[in-house]
Amino acid sequence: MSEPAKRKRTLRAWRGDASGGKFEEYTVEVDQGMVVLDLVHRAQRDAEGAGDMACRWNCKAGKCGSCSMEINGKPKLACMTRLGDYAPDEVIQVQPLKTFPIIRDLTTDVSWNYEQNKKIAPFTPPPRPEGDYRMKQKDVDRIQEFRKCIECFLCQDTCHVLRDHDKKAPATQPAGKPPQGFIGPRFMIRVAQLDMHPLDTVDRIPKLKEEWGSGYCNITKCCTEVCPEHINITDNGIIPMKERVVDRFYDPITMLLSKLGGGSKRTVQK
Amino acid sequence: MANASTGGHVQGLGATMRKDAWWQGPALTAGILSLWLVYYAFAAAQGKYYSAGPYISPFYIAYEHPASVTDMSPGYAWFGFWPDSWPAFFPPALVMGALPGMFRMTCYYYRKAYYRSFFGMPPGCAVGPVPHDYRGETFLLVFQNLHRYTLYIAIALLPLLYLDAIKGLWYDGRPGIGLGTVLLGANAVLLTGYTLGCHAWRHLVGGKLNCFSCDGASEARHGLWGRVTWLNERHQQFAWSSLIMIAICDIYIRSVSMGVIPDINTWSGVTWIGDFH
Repeated sequence: MSEPAKRKRTLRAWRGDASGGKFEEYTVEVDQGMVVLDLVHRAQRDAEGAGDMACRWNCKAGKCGSCSMEINGKPKLACMTRLGDYAPDEVIQVQPLKTFPIIRDLTTDVSWNYEQNKKIAPFTPPPRPEGDYRMKQKDVDRIQEFRKCIECFLCQDTCHVLRDHDKKAPATQPAGKPPQGFIGPRFMIRVAQLDMHPLDTVDRIPKLKEEWGSGYCNITKCCTEVCPEHINITDNGIIPMKERVVDRFYDPITMLLSKLGGGSKRTVQK
Repeated sequence: MANASTGGHVQGLGATMRKDAWWQGPALTAGILSLWLVYYAFAAAQGKYYSAGPYISPFYIAYEHPASVTDMSPGYAWFGFWPDSWPAFFPPALVMGALPGMFRMTCYYYRKAYYRSFFGMPPGCAVGPVPHDYRGETFLLVFQNLHRYTLYIAIALLPLLYLDAIKGLWYDGRPGIGLGTVLLGANAVLLTGYTLGCHAWRHLVGGKLNCFSCDGASEARHGLWGRVTWLNERHQQFAWSSLIMIAICDIYIRSVSMGVIPDINTWSGVTWIGDFH
């Protein structure tokens, strides 16, 4: 008996750099159970002209957040996207993330994100008490969801504020001006993770409104839709933070009550 | 066509490299919301056929015109009659509809729905938005931040819905129940689920706390927050089901009132509008 013919897939990959580029098609043999990252690797190995295709990857288990790209137009992790999810004859199209500057082929420069992270004051507990810090599980249940973030930046990529309107928060915020950009959903949940922590002592809410542009988010939930860790970014992170901004800056009743109560006990981040 | 300098991405309204039917959801949302609004405008402007027997349409909550009052009238005007001098071009149903309408308009779920479906901000994920100088909710849309005040109004209206449903359990001096009662009761329950699953409510009852175990009050608020979270996780489902149920209630009561269909009840089995007093 003759061996059954190997199945083939066509990979349509964008090849180029900041100066320009184009889509190239590679047809390669595939095996059952392969993911898109496997297809890219197979093309690098077998397809003519694809050996030097740049693609960032590391764990191949959906935990390092490196292989973020746009697959058939959707921001996804290549290592968690099965070929079996697509029709057998469907071309698999891969592109670099739209929101960030292209380095080459499928890789982008995501360093803007790390600059945003530096702006946010880190976790600052009070001086260590006698013995140890104490808190209950119910106090940290909420923020443990945000700690699942693998920083793949798919949420940043799909956020239309950053992606289409290019309202990325600048390195410095001009004094006395409204926020010039947005830090994006990834860092909204980073702020939420810190602000909801019972032991934290830093007040980041004024910065969140005045410099990090929480008001730019209009709750269209695309960040939640693309999160490979299924973090409920919008409902559990962004909206609660927007409500905390309302408490502080828009709701006259909570503002008055806060003033009567002596205001926030935390130290405002400068 | 793909622009080579942008990694093969495309720009402009609706431009995308997605190959799935991303537009179906927003189109369905736009269609249903538009239909609902057109029907509501018709029902509010019509100004009659809003009550039948012991039932009153939820569009006409707390409304009763003096001319419609009879000895058997269930008395829906919880705060008195609307004045005769009320201008006809601004029907009371529009006023009473505007109050919960503001709650829905500023609702975090509906924002997603209408920003995508009606304003293209953006129409879909990884789909090109309407090109404009985007300022989000920092400028003209800053009023969205007062959602919690519209919540307070919506909560205040909830008892009226239950009162109207309970009124439907009594007619002609006798207790009973009809299909209209069941619909009005379901409407009140669904609206309660929607209202109390609100994100702002979830924040106010406990979400704003950083410590859930610091004292008895925060422990209690944590329990409440957990229950509201359960509703909040189903906010979208409650938003749609309650919206549709309001229209179903009105269509049913309007149809009975116009004599198109009879009411099915325990008072006389099948009751046409002429048999209601």
